[in-house]
Amino acid sequence: MDSPQPLRLYVPEPTGRPGHETDFSYLHLSPAGAVRRPAIDAAPVDTADLAFTLVRVLDEDGRALGPWAPPPDVPLLQRGLRAMMKTRAFDAKMLIAQRQKKISFYIQCLGEEAIAVAHAFAIQPGDMCFPTYRQQGLLLAREDIPMAELICQLMSNGRDPMRGRQLPVMYSYKRAGFFSISGNLATQFIQAVGWAMASAIQGDTKIASAWIGDGATAESDFHTALTFAHVYRAPVILNVVNNQWAISTFQAIAGGEATTFAARGVGCGIASLRVDGNDFLAVLAASRWAAERARSNLGPTLIEWITYRAGAHSTSDDPSRYRPADDWQHFPLGDPIARLKQHLQGLGAWSDEEHRRTQAQLEAEVAAALKEAERYGGTLIDGHVPSLESMFEDVYKDMPPHLHEQLRQARTAQDRH
Amino acid sequence: MARMTMVQALRSAMDVMLERDPNVVIYGQDVGYFGGVFRCTEGLQAKYGRSRVFDAPISEGGIVGSAIGMAAYGLRPVVEVQFADYFYPASDQIVSEAARLRYRSAGDFSAPITIRMPCGGGIYGGQTHSQSPEALFTHVCGLRTVMPSNPYDAKGLLIASIENDDPVIFLEPKRLYNGPFDGHYDRPLVPWSQHALGEVPEGHYTVPLDTAKVFSSGTDLTVLTYGTMVFVCEAAAAESGVRAEILDLRSIWPLDLPAIVASVKKTGRCVVVHEATRTSGFGAELVALVQEHCFYHLEAPIERVTGWDTPYPHALEWAYFPGPARVAAAFRRAMEA
Repeated sequence: MDSPQPLRLYVPEPTGRPGHETDFSYLHLSPAGAVRRPAIDAAPVDTADLAFTLVRVLDEDGRALGPWAPPPDVPLLQRGLRAMMKTRAFDAKMLIAQRQKKISFYIQCLGEEAIAVAHAFAIQPGDMCFPTYRQQGLLLAREDIPMAELICQLMSNGRDPMRGRQLPVMYSYKRAGFFSISGNLATQFIQAVGWAMASAIQGDTKIASAWIGDGATAESDFHTALTFAHVYRAPVILNVVNNQWAISTFQAIAGGEATTFAARGVGCGIASLRVDGNDFLAVLAASRWAAERARSNLGPTLIEWITYRAGAHSTSDDPSRYRPADDWQHFPLGDPIARLKQHLQGLGAWSDEEHRRTQAQLEAEVAAALKEAERYGGTLIDGHVPSLESMFEDVYKDMPPHLHEQLRQARTAQDRH
Repeated sequence: MARMTMVQALRSAMDVMLERDPNVVIYGQDVGYFGGVFRCTEGLQAKYGRSRVFDAPISEGGIVGSAIGMAAYGLRPVVEVQFADYFYPASDQIVSEAARLRYRSAGDFSAPITIRMPCGGGIYGGQTHSQSPEALFTHVCGLRTVMPSNPYDAKGLLIASIENDDPVIFLEPKRLYNGPFDGHYDRPLVPWSQHALGEVPEGHYTVPLDTAKVFSSGTDLTVLTYGTMVFVCEAAAAESGVRAEILDLRSIWPLDLPAIVASVKKTGRCVVVHEATRTSGFGAELVALVQEHCFYHLEAPIERVTGWDTPYPHALEWAYFPGPARVAAAFRRAMEA
């Protein structure tokens, strides 16, 4: 017998690094309209093929094709386009505000706008989303969340609903079905399942929507969420946003090579879909399918949204150090805003002129909101920070004696200063 | 009044709260049909149904994480981690999420959950069935950490913990489940049915959190302790002849500082006793507080009797466990100083 060859550790690498173009063939795309749409009561095991194909509605020419094309609803699509443009305009302005040191930190969702926005249109008031820090579209799709209030959170100023305790972007909006964002990755995924279990325990009709990125699926709470959702048939939508990158690490290092994240759902006995995340119509249709399934007590659904993180990970990140600078231009699923715009133009329901006008209007709206937020106190640099008491309040429901004492000490220290 | 073991008292507390509050749900590993490996939830699923009391997968992170989600919905989950030694996989959910949810959302969301964990040694439990991890919780701002030492307090504190709107780590010394234990492992167990603290009211009552109890009053020195060590200290006092004032903290953090300060100012001496390992254990915080608040009343250095800074051994259980002889020696040292 030959002597064995030395073993070698395999470490996945992206095909594209700075100066080299990415080979996106690993994505295994399906043509628009090609993937079947099962009944909402499909058995999880019967969705196995859907975990390895890609649900798409819009083709290259912006036409809606196949069984997943949602019923025509031009006003809704126009609102969707506007909400995506609003999300992008907001991100662009906040990026500048961070560079101007008006806010300390920001995270944009450039290129991923369709997923959160279309999903927001597919769920109902009272449902609860458990977002990550990259689902601001869930809030910006709504008309009842004032943009200025979001900016106050980003500025930690006197009108910050989080009272200056959280990093920028870590919003909490119970009234909008938007759970408090945590810096700890994946923790909210299992919490969403618990929320959904609670709704079922109480005989309610509300459902939960859980959010996680491709990189964070490697955290243990991803696994616990799938297990609990499956065991208790929790009314939850488990959204995996695969934007190909976790800061600098390619999705292969999270376990994405030669498999899909949707396949994890099937493995855990959960109906699963793999969907074009830059196709507004596909996101809307798949989200509705999963929501109806959950609301009909048919159990959870896992959806892997294929998209691309077009921007930097955060304002502290420089992606040109680990991936090609023009990568987004080559990403085969394109830009969600451009694709819905093309579709609406094909229907004669949108024009370049309308697009320009809407863009200008949104930019003015964001600029006005920024000005309004600045009126409630400036930035950290100006020394506009919340009161000392606010640092000690809400640790417990009632402030215990040791925190009263520490507040007194902090006041004394400040007075002396 | 009825006679109850600590197991029965804890079960009674959960029974009372399941009855009173439709938002109370109970789950954990083996907690449902089987009634728990220590019988603490026996009969509850049959009485209240599977949607109120149910079995969970073996996933501490999943159990605590889902409970936080349920609490965000508006339920009041009481979940069990089978042994305190196994809470570690839930650390992220406990520290980063349950403890901080109210603070980080400025009250938009909160996590009124109770996490029950059997703890402590003295049962030949070895490394992973004997630990006392309370210091890992008391260091976390936003948590309440509670440990009863007898059936009456166990029921009253558990009801108070479930009703409390803050997350509570409820540590149950499993050595005390069936009867008090003073560290004399060679003597027969006295069941709670023969002990005055085994008298437990059938219905609803609470033992308020943040209040210590003077377990036995004395004038020579103050003993700050909780859990199984309360009875060990009682035996050590009797055997040493030291008239010790034993404070059962009951709520470990936040704690009853006025009771501690009043007692130490009266006696002028203080001994801190816990099963947990010594370095950075909760005793260090107690020693610091007494030093800070009672310095001019102290007549001797503050003593600490604790588990050794080693993992909990199997064969050398009684050399590890801080028994009455070690505690009595510390009492005598404190008196001679």
